Order: sequence, then structure tokens, then C-alpha cells
Amino acid sequence: MADVRLLGEAFSAIDELAAFTAAHPEAGGLVSFLGQVRQEGGVQVVEALELRHYGAMTLPGMQTLAAATEARWALDGLLILHRYGVMLPGDPIVLVAAASRHRRDAFAAADFAMDHLKSQSWFWKREKTARGWRWIEPRPDDHRDLARW
Amino acid sequence: MPAKLVFLGRLEDVAGTGELAVSPGPLEQVLAALDPALAVQLLGERVRMALNGALLGDTGAVVLADGDELAFLPPVSGG
Repeated sequence: MADVRLLGEAFSAIDELAAFTAAHPEAGGLVSFLGQVRQEGGVQVVEALELRHYGAMTLPGMQTLAAATEARWALDGLLILHRYGVMLPGDPIVLVAAASRHRRDAFAAADFAMDHLKSQSWFWKREKTARGWRWIEPRPDDHRDLARW
Repeated sequence: MPAKLVFLGRLEDVAGTGELAVSPGPLEQVLAALDPALAVQLLGERVRMALNGALLGDTGAVVLADGDELAFLPPVSGG
């Protein structure tokens, strides 16, 4: 059973991974991905990032994705955490971890879950720069990533 | 009991609110009662709709009943 959470407050990736690892001693391999708010220089410095979600669909969609991931690879455990709300550079946004008997299943499952979270999950993003808040449109790369699967 | 429209992402800024209570009825009628500038944005070809949390394929014949929640979803922009 996957651990899927939509979080309104900052989380500690280290603490979450420690708990996930401890919960799956049978797994021989554990792969994780952490996405964080980028710190950039120059005139387009992002001061803050906001992710909005939709209560009726965002978490249910993440749970459906987790079930699809678990159905496709032999996993001992799957963790999907995603933030919403306002975040600052360096804040964690998303943490995905997959535990399996052998490493390839864990690598592939984490990669699959991330590509789908990035391109198909119900999140809307805006960034704050010196010029104010601006909504971010989807990137063509996100759709190309999805075509890999 | 009214129905509810939910505006996600940039549509919330266009609408000036995240949610709006409306009288139930056919979607055309509901949209006709809104600010035309907002209605045009809601009908944009990249905007999808979800009724009570379920994505709609065909939005041609939507009729809102009491308590229904219709969400307008612009393209998602990932995490």
C-alpha cells in the first residue's frame, strides 16, 4: 500500500526517507527523487513559487498514479509526497521513493511516477519575480517525458 | 441549494474568486449570467471541465443540478 500525501506545510525529506527505509527492511533497493524550488540568479530571480491544487481531484489523482505504479512494477513500498501552497527557494516540493527487491524496478517506478506527477497531476503553478506573480504554462518537455512510457 | 463553479489556476485571477455559487441549470444558461470576459476564458479550448471531481469528455450537454460542483481546469503546470 503506497503512502501518498498532499502537504500544505514543509516536510523533511531526510526524516521521510528514514521512516520509509525503516518500514521496508525487506527491500534490497530504494530509489528516491526530491524536487525543490530552484535558486536562480539574474533578473528573473524567482522569489517564491506557489502550487495550487483542487481538493476534489488532486489527491485522488495522486492515489490513482500510485496504484498504476504499483501495478506495473514489483515494489515493496512506494512513497509520494507533494506540497501545495507558497514555497521559497530551497524548499522541497515533491518526494518520490520506491522500494523493491531489485534496483531496476525501483528506478523505473520512481521515474514513471515523477514524469506523471510533473505532467498529469492537478497542480497549477505560479512564480513570483521582481515583476510580480506569473502563472506558469506547461512545458513541451513534460509531454515528451510522458511519451517515454 | 445552489450549484458551485470552481476556478483553478489563472482562471481564479480572471474570476477574482476561487468559487462562485450559481443557480442550477444548463451550462449555457449559467455561463450567460457571468461576466462575458470570464465566460470566454472558461470556454477556452485548453480549459477542461470536471463535474463533482470527474473529468468531462463532452461538455456540450452539461446541466448543473442542486449541489453540483463544476470545476474549470486550465492546463496543469506540474510540480
